[in-house]
Amino acid sequence: MRYLPHTDEEIREMLAVVGKESLADLFCSIPGECRFEGELPLPPALNEWNLNAHFRQLTDMMAVDQDFKILIGAGSYHHHIPETIRALASRSEFLTAYTPYQPEMAQGTLQGIFEYQTLTARLLGMDVANASMYDGASALAEALLMGLRIAKKKPKVAVSRAIHPHYRQVAKTYLQATDFELLELPFLENGRTDLSALKDRTDIAAVAVQSPNFFGVLEDLPAAGEAIHAAGALFIGCFTEPLAFGLVKNPGQCGADIACGEGQSLGLARSFGGAGLGMFACREQFTRSLPGRLVGETVDLDGKRGFVLTLATREQHIRREKATSNICTNQGLCALTAAMYMASLGGGGLRELARLNYDKTEYLKGELQKAGGTPVFSSPSFNEFVMAFEDDFQPVYRRLLEKKIVAGLELGRYYPELAGRYLFCVTETLSKNDLDEVVREVRG
Amino acid sequence: MKEPRELNLPDTVRYTRDHEWAAMPGDTARIGVSDYAQDQLGDIVYVEMPEVGSAFARGDTFGTLESVKAVSELYMPMGGEVVAVNEALVDAPELINRDSYDNWIIEIRPSNPAEYEKLMTSEGYLEMLKE
Repeated sequence: MRYLPHTDEEIREMLAVVGKESLADLFCSIPGECRFEGELPLPPALNEWNLNAHFRQLTDMMAVDQDFKILIGAGSYHHHIPETIRALASRSEFLTAYTPYQPEMAQGTLQGIFEYQTLTARLLGMDVANASMYDGASALAEALLMGLRIAKKKPKVAVSRAIHPHYRQVAKTYLQATDFELLELPFLENGRTDLSALKDRTDIAAVAVQSPNFFGVLEDLPAAGEAIHAAGALFIGCFTEPLAFGLVKNPGQCGADIACGEGQSLGLARSFGGAGLGMFACREQFTRSLPGRLVGETVDLDGKRGFVLTLATREQHIRREKATSNICTNQGLCALTAAMYMASLGGGGLRELARLNYDKTEYLKGELQKAGGTPVFSSPSFNEFVMAFEDDFQPVYRRLLEKKIVAGLELGRYYPELAGRYLFCVTETLSKNDLDEVVREVRG
Repeated sequence: MKEPRELNLPDTVRYTRDHEWAAMPGDTARIGVSDYAQDQLGDIVYVEMPEVGSAFARGDTFGTLESVKAVSELYMPMGGEVVAVNEALVDAPELINRDSYDNWIIEIRPSNPAEYEKLMTSEGYLEMLKE
């Protein structure tokens, strides 16, 4: 679909029809004290070559994936993006497509989203997936709100402290203005969530557990599901690394009622934290409580298959303050890219890739142990783990940085009790040589 | 959509300003929506009903009616405890469009049967619609 901006002539014509002199007059109902006066504090425009130089300067201040080997995941993962995906995702038809409100002229967009929903539901083992939320963090917040809606009279929700710190912060922000209470469940010495606080409670609407969790630890999701359901709460299985489901059971197989998380690993560049993909799915019985867009498959008057936005009565333009969410969009291009990625990989490819991530991570974990490091958590992990070192790791970290290797993320500022411990991530993009180099430096 | 005089407004039930009807033949009362309500909503695609055993006061929201274009809340004409919901509406919500009186939505045990007398007769309801 082409974007055709208005010409000055067209703008003048429209203003004439509504009886206004200028575009500024359209905002005459905004009171003076709410208006910004004066010049906007923006620097002057740069020409192309100065602009390029400016961004190059900014880039030089950062360790960028192609240039550096970055052993950090923590919710954002460096995976290989196949050239086929880059080529397809940059097609103008996909880049410029907008909201498919008019099905008669948006069948391509709608079908693309429908395929994404189907692949997402399969990946997560759920019955229904929506057209996507903004990112994993807001998806978790929406899942908690959905749980509260379904439970109706229960005033509390709980999240594991082993869930990504940013996700918990976003959930807190969402619930701040409400009367709902957000509880935090601690984690055990083995790195898994401690669900004992749920015992005998009846006031919790939903509980969220992330797996693999922030520490890379694989939670015992089936057991977590049982404990959560025993407390009469809904089980939200969240994730930051969906590739894990190529190796381990997905949330659906573990009894989750809602599955939500970040889809960036599925063919999206890290982009300094930009443009995420909130994957969101649930069991069929909760479909009417789903937030976000839903594309459905149907037939037209001639009996031909077609796709359309459906169950719109959940959304705010019809339900207003009782809507399931105030989101009225989705991450269209990112969802389409993820769909392309999942389709390209297939089940077999996903399994192979997950295996590769797991094996390489286990290799580094093992070698670091031989070099004197101690894994902080004993539970099985996927492609991340937390390591403690006998001596201060900082000098090793700096030496590796000079060799253009970013050796992990120090956890002190997120978990004070884990100060001096480092979260490592290994993906398929790191070679044995890269990992051996890290181990060499640790050995000293 | 129908004109007021085309509406089916039986005098065997009583009506509310929010277009519900109630019928109380004995100990229990059945509740549904008027012909005007189903006509205005259009094709009903989903009926959200409360759990049996839940209790509501007069005026409380006990459920919703969903059509393709709108969602309408259902308000209790009288207070009481839900003793039955019309299961047929789960798979065939369109029954309400066909006959919104035969196809009641919930059955309650009224907490205060006297509230029935406060509801509008079919004449009163028709007058209100004409305003």
